[in-house]
Amino acid sequence: MTTIDNGVNVQALLDAREALKSAPEAAQFTWRASSTWTKGVHSTTTVQKFFGLGQEQTHKNETVFAADHPEVFAAEDNGITPIEYLLVGLAGCLTAGVASVAQNRGIQLRSVEATVEGNHDIRGILGADSDVRNGFNDVKVTFHIDADASKEEIEALVAQSQKRSAVFDALTNPTDVTVEVA
Amino acid sequence: MSVERVTTVVVGAGHAGLAASHFLTARSIDHVVLERGEVANSWRRERWDSMRLLTPNWLTRLPGLAYAGPDPDGYLTAGEVSAFIEHFAAVARAPVRARTNVEHLGRTDTGYRLTTSGGELECRSVVLATGACNVPTVPAFAAAVPSGVEQLTPFGYRDPSSVPEGGVLVVGGSATGVQIAAELQRSGRQVVLSTGGHVRLPRLHRGRDVLWWMDRSGVWDQRYDEIEDLPRARRLPSPQLVGSPARETLDLNALTDLGVSLVGRWAAVRDGWALFSGGLRNVCSLADLKMNRLLSGFDQWAGITEPGVPLAPTRVPDRPRLRLDLRGGEIRTIVWATGFRPDYSWLDVPVLDGKGRLRHEGGVVDSPGLYALGLPLLRRRRSTFLNGIEDDARAVTDHLAGALAVAR
Repeated sequence: MTTIDNGVNVQALLDAREALKSAPEAAQFTWRASSTWTKGVHSTTTVQKFFGLGQEQTHKNETVFAADHPEVFAAEDNGITPIEYLLVGLAGCLTAGVASVAQNRGIQLRSVEATVEGNHDIRGILGADSDVRNGFNDVKVTFHIDADASKEEIEALVAQSQKRSAVFDALTNPTDVTVEVA
Repeated sequence: MSVERVTTVVVGAGHAGLAASHFLTARSIDHVVLERGEVANSWRRERWDSMRLLTPNWLTRLPGLAYAGPDPDGYLTAGEVSAFIEHFAAVARAPVRARTNVEHLGRTDTGYRLTTSGGELECRSVVLATGACNVPTVPAFAAAVPSGVEQLTPFGYRDPSSVPEGGVLVVGGSATGVQIAAELQRSGRQVVLSTGGHVRLPRLHRGRDVLWWMDRSGVWDQRYDEIEDLPRARRLPSPQLVGSPARETLDLNALTDLGVSLVGRWAAVRDGWALFSGGLRNVCSLADLKMNRLLSGFDQWAGITEPGVPLAPTRVPDRPRLRLDLRGGEIRTIVWATGFRPDYSWLDVPVLDGKGRLRHEGGVVDSPGLYALGLPLLRRRRSTFLNGIEDDARAVTDHLAGALAVAR
């Protein structure tokens, strides 16, 4: 068998899975983001620290995200729309899953491209129609994958990636959210 | 009160306990089979009326006894299964003590002591054959379902006439869920089926029962220690099959054709609304892919290269409903087909893992002299089905007899 390499250290992930089976407390992570209002509907969010494996952790670098709204919303468009960040998260998570599952199944990837579309009826957020929800009506992800694998194997990669995706789960299942004023 | 002594106690007089008794008798190991009710008790009392075995009659066999009726391709009804097991108990002359409930099982220096409704017993070894489906499991959010909605488990469900008029939400895409959903929809009720991960199978593949292929191709012979993710494989829901005289396929497409409406996995109740996962399409495509892999594996095994008639992918509604108002009157009854678990509340030996599952290696439990039979994938994939008990019971009683001989 030729060695395939998608750049995913699957062995480390499999080892972590075994280790965390008997240490569920170490598996508890908290992801954090901090945002500051700039002006109008423009805000800046930074992400660097998180908690996991029983202690505080830090990303190598701080990442700064600008969120705003486009000019058709009468805004200045200093950054993408917050709901678009959900698409970024979904694409990133599913693509990471495809690479990991492919590595684990011995499938060499040459290219993985995804387009993510979220259909959104903005009458909800504008309060124009109380029957319309605020969030996406639906989301569609289309993958184009070039790999040493059959069509069925590629479909199975994509299906398995959804099955183990944090963002897919967070978008498709309800999550208890608390918002308070400190 | 005096304590009775016996070499081995078998707990449960279903097919598994009686098969153990058959091999213990063959080895002249003195034993008793304790049964809380009657022989084949759960087949008599804990099955809905129309339920039949998933395996065809030619696969209906216990040690030294095989189905010998006129319909080898048919499927036994629950009543016929209990009659078959009762006949086996008689042929095997199993020393069954009916209506003897085990209330406590603990270790002693030399073996085990059992407290039963009929007195105390001490023994060297015990075979747990109490089954995997003692208690229906229901998610915690069932408590948040509005009180106007009736809730049933498969233990309480008998037939459509026992369900109030009105819409029914069946929860779970296992054999139990799809069978009950189909029966209720045919009775004229509007059924919504909520399903997460499930196992899709056609009843027939290339004209033969799909379980013929499982049996002959060697899939069912796969051992527990050859399976990559054993806990997951043991937890897998039963396949979407029904043992009907028409040998029909009862997958989600069949339910859609009947008029059942499909929704995703039920995730939560919020303010009287049921919230369903938006991942229905994914669980359906996983099931389709897995089924197609299995069927092409069968073809490969048989050396068939000519493509078969492909099964249509599972049809998912364009816009599966994500929520349903449980106070709105659309749903009058919920049937929880969300699985079962064994009841080990009487077992006072530290052999359960953190999730309450028995720790065992192919039926040899993690406590000397303690054994288990009749659990899913106990030793092989076949173990989950009636015809798997012969090899399992032989292997487990071999080990049990060997341990007795060493200790002597």
